[in-house]
Amino acid sequence: MKFTLSWLKDHLETDASLEDICDRLTMIGLEVESVDDKAALKPFVIARVLSAEKHPDADKLKVLSVDAGDGKPVQVVCGAPNARTGLIGAFAAPGTYVPGIDLTLSVGKIRGVESHGMMCSERELQMSDEHDGIIDLPDDAPLGTSFASYAGLDDPVIEINLTPNRPDCTGVFGIARDLAAAGLGTLKDATAKPVNGSGDCPVKVTIKAPDLCPGFALRMVSGVTNGPSPKWMQQRLLSIGLRPINALVDITNYVTFDRGRPLHVFDAAKVKGDLVVRRGQAGEKLLALDEREYEMTPEICVIADGNGIESIAGVMGGEHTGCDENTTDVLIESALWDPMNIARTGRDLGIITDARYRFERGVDPEFMVPGMELATRLVTDICGGKPTEAVIEGYKGHTPKIVPFPVAEVGRLTGLAVENKEALGILSRLGFTPDGSGDVVDVAVPSWRPDVDGKADLVEEVMRIHGVDEIALEPMTSHDAVNGRILTPLQVRTRTAKRALAVRGMMECVNWSFIPAAHAELFGGGNPELKLANPIAADMSDMRPSLLPGLLTAAQRNADRGAADVALFEVSGTYENDTAEGQRRVASGVRRATARAEGAGRHWAGNAPAVSVYDAKADAFAVLEACGAPADRLQATADAPAWYHPGRSGVIRLGPKIVLGHFGEIHPRTLEALDVSGPLCGFEVFVDAIPEPKRKPTRTKPRLDLSNFQAVSRDFAFVVDGAVEAAEIMRAAAGADRKLITAVKVFDIFEGASIGPGKKSIAIEVDIQPVDRTLTDEDFEALARAIIANVGKQTGGVLRQ
Amino acid sequence: MTVDVSALENTLTAEIDAAGDEAAIEAVRVAALGKKGSVSELLKSLGTMTPDERKVSGPAINGLKNRIADAIAARRESLKDAAIDARLSSEKVDVTLPVRDAPAECGRIHPISQVIDEITAIFGDLGFAIAEGPDIETDYYNFTALNFPDGHPAREMHDTFFFNPGANGERKLLRTHTSPVQIHTMEAQKPPIRIVIPGKTYRCDSDATHSPMFHQLEGLVIDRTANVANMKWVLTEFCKAFFEVEHLAMRFRPSFFPFTEPSLEVDIQCDRSNPGEVRFGEGTDWMEILGCGMVHPNVLTMSGLDPDEYQGFAWGMGIDRIATLKYGMPDLRDYFNSDVRWLKHYGFRPLDMPTLFAGLSG
Repeated sequence: MKFTLSWLKDHLETDASLEDICDRLTMIGLEVESVDDKAALKPFVIARVLSAEKHPDADKLKVLSVDAGDGKPVQVVCGAPNARTGLIGAFAAPGTYVPGIDLTLSVGKIRGVESHGMMCSERELQMSDEHDGIIDLPDDAPLGTSFASYAGLDDPVIEINLTPNRPDCTGVFGIARDLAAAGLGTLKDATAKPVNGSGDCPVKVTIKAPDLCPGFALRMVSGVTNGPSPKWMQQRLLSIGLRPINALVDITNYVTFDRGRPLHVFDAAKVKGDLVVRRGQAGEKLLALDEREYEMTPEICVIADGNGIESIAGVMGGEHTGCDENTTDVLIESALWDPMNIARTGRDLGIITDARYRFERGVDPEFMVPGMELATRLVTDICGGKPTEAVIEGYKGHTPKIVPFPVAEVGRLTGLAVENKEALGILSRLGFTPDGSGDVVDVAVPSWRPDVDGKADLVEEVMRIHGVDEIALEPMTSHDAVNGRILTPLQVRTRTAKRALAVRGMMECVNWSFIPAAHAELFGGGNPELKLANPIAADMSDMRPSLLPGLLTAAQRNADRGAADVALFEVSGTYENDTAEGQRRVASGVRRATARAEGAGRHWAGNAPAVSVYDAKADAFAVLEACGAPADRLQATADAPAWYHPGRSGVIRLGPKIVLGHFGEIHPRTLEALDVSGPLCGFEVFVDAIPEPKRKPTRTKPRLDLSNFQAVSRDFAFVVDGAVEAAEIMRAAAGADRKLITAVKVFDIFEGASIGPGKKSIAIEVDIQPVDRTLTDEDFEALARAIIANVGKQTGGVLRQ
Repeated sequence: MTVDVSALENTLTAEIDAAGDEAAIEAVRVAALGKKGSVSELLKSLGTMTPDERKVSGPAINGLKNRIADAIAARRESLKDAAIDARLSSEKVDVTLPVRDAPAECGRIHPISQVIDEITAIFGDLGFAIAEGPDIETDYYNFTALNFPDGHPAREMHDTFFFNPGANGERKLLRTHTSPVQIHTMEAQKPPIRIVIPGKTYRCDSDATHSPMFHQLEGLVIDRTANVANMKWVLTEFCKAFFEVEHLAMRFRPSFFPFTEPSLEVDIQCDRSNPGEVRFGEGTDWMEILGCGMVHPNVLTMSGLDPDEYQGFAWGMGIDRIATLKYGMPDLRDYFNSDVRWLKHYGFRPLDMPTLFAGLSG
């Protein structure tokens, strides 16, 4: 919403400075977005041409001597045909920025003659498109004074960012009312006095869609002359960015901005028969004033006559019945429209107009008729003509809302100490009518404030006018002296997982929650309930079932930019279905090329090999252990989902039912489908599936018993079938004596002809910690026999000779 | 008979001095002090002497033995030192060769995670808990329960991501703000409530300052007394702590949101006179940073709370935005691009954990 300072002062008697006005506007909720104080026009002064001689070297140029009021004539070369001795115009000295030609003037030579400035045209000052000659002012224009001030161009333009709840401030008058209530001046009376019409309006109105049109007023003014509107009106419209068209159209725009009351004018000669307000019909079309054709639907409210549709109600008029310079009889429409329907129509048709902007916010119903009276007066004043009586259809009057207002609510909700008298005074100045003087006052809401429904709304009115700055900061008391833990176990684990992966040299990504449908399908997604109906791009259509596709494609993008060795991770949501429970918390990561935790790429001390399933497994277990999963009870099984390499991947399980994650090298067909190249390995850990540790009544750690007897280790190598898993041998060895054996480590794997085809040798180190006495050779031999026997029984492995 | 030890001593001393390594000195020791060594033989000869002879020769021979033993030990020590020196000089390497970077130096935490941790540190200190909620929401929790009227433009396809209607005709959506978690919390928990809600949010928008996916921080306080004065205090304290400045002028100005009444927007004082840099707590510019207000009575009522008994305030701000303001990333879209050059530059080291006791950003 734009307006000028002088326009505001039409309605507000005030001595406040522009700066004070703008500050106050912002602080009462009418945020000033920009102010153009027209300082750019200040250097242009009124000057007289003392003499005008022909340029010695150019037929169309003249050499002027110009007096800018200081008695020191300057020489100016000028090409304007109307430049002549005695002309008074607008002069710009060197150094002045001329907005119409986007140029800062300097002293120059034109065809060999020095020119010290410029006499300007209207276009050069962006006053109009006029460029046939320079500005030609009356003889009494005061030399040496500001041209902008003389011509009324120095009127500052203020733009406010209006919140959608304030239709009353879509007109300058409403803004003035708010400022007056805030103590910045006195609101001037602007009552629109009824016009004395005579005779019936020859055009009748029938409302066939009363739900969309709760009121319609119409009047004809006959015998008008529709020339250009007066200069002052044109200038105000230009200041706020509207192009003057003709007097009748300009008047409707002026009232729209002056009072927030949109109007429409029909050329009566082009209207056939009476007007009907109804819903549009499929197939009907209208060529609107923007010269575009719109198709109607039953959702759109229209105004039709004997020729068909003439206007899209409340949004835009039709080209056919528009007023032009030949219009002699004009129909002035002032109506009420259903705000929601206007908003929908505007959106559906893609039309943004000043009328829609106001109707969709809700115009003052009580100003429907006064708005027409005001417009009629302006029409008769500017264009002449004789008004008929008004036709008023459908309007049933306005019953004000009454809000019971406990004035103490102001203090309760804001902390402000405002006296009842002051609070009610503010409401009165805003046009509310408080009734009563007790603790609870009935407040009648003015017709122009459809946004005010309850007492909290009235609190806001008092707060914003009294001043938000008056509210002193009030510390909140803390619940406890020392705050306890505030994060849930899942939040703690999410945070821990991120740090645990980052210390492994991985970089955290935040990738899109929505991915291409084809990618989702590759990772078990593509569920119809997780497809967006209106994705912002075709490849951002499906909620991701896994973090891997985003990470894998991100790794490739980096590789394409020259960073081949990247290690990326993300800890975030994936979506199994559209319920809250279907949103999982997953920690996932990928490593590409040689981006291993120990380091990537070539190095003098040893080059990094390509990443493998074991890198992914290490990452996955690091996350799980950091998040408190019971490491000694985790098992890896070789049955990972289809997007992993079937022979180089695993599932991490806790017991038979709980799956905590997957890891492995990515299936080459998956990589190909993603258009991604490896080596690539990755993992997915379901952070939300890790059981929460039991709450213990004490933080004391279990007692630590340190043995005084020396720990020893013994090595064994077993030859087993190729299919036997190392974990089975480790389990079998450890099971030989759970008391003495503290750890089993695999330190060598060997496959070769010497041990036979289809066989492999697994070498383990068994750590033994004697508990109550030093072990004898016999003890060790017995233990070794037990280990060999257990491994033999459970895996078929034999001690390698 | 008496023994003159000086000749033997001269010989042995010469041998000790001549020993070139630890093996040679050991050979000298065995030859002199071993079972059949020359000094040991002399000692044995004491047995055959008369007491008078022994009186003279005993101290002489024992003195010789001690002096030779000391000389051997000293020589052995110096040979050992020389051997270590020789080994050390042969072991010299080029210490300018680069070592591999520590993984903890290479890894990075995304700015959004870091800023959420900073926010958590501050609000944890103020007695708030962290709440979360699902990205996929119903129309009720995203709009209706937050007092959005029917036909509000935010409910349109051009603003909000919708899913196709399910079997029951319900059309789910991606939450456009974190505010639905306010409702879930009020439904699940009796006041007093003090929560902040960081999370992903979605709107159909994409340019340098808008992303179809972004992050919001919601706050909610509900009790029997929380008012605008408390809200101004909380938000002022937060902004000072977050931007790590001692003083920060803030401008609270009335505004409008469907779910709060009264509603306010908050600007913070800043200096943008140096291109590419924003300084807070200085200068004459105002930058909008968040929206807030007293929870609308309709919202309280729909969440099962009596607005005459309970009251409180809520606010929302863009996490990506405040991260940008604090750390200066030029384009919001880069947050979601996973470019390792960007992550390395704008990301945080994993051991840089934001705390109040050590300063949020160190």
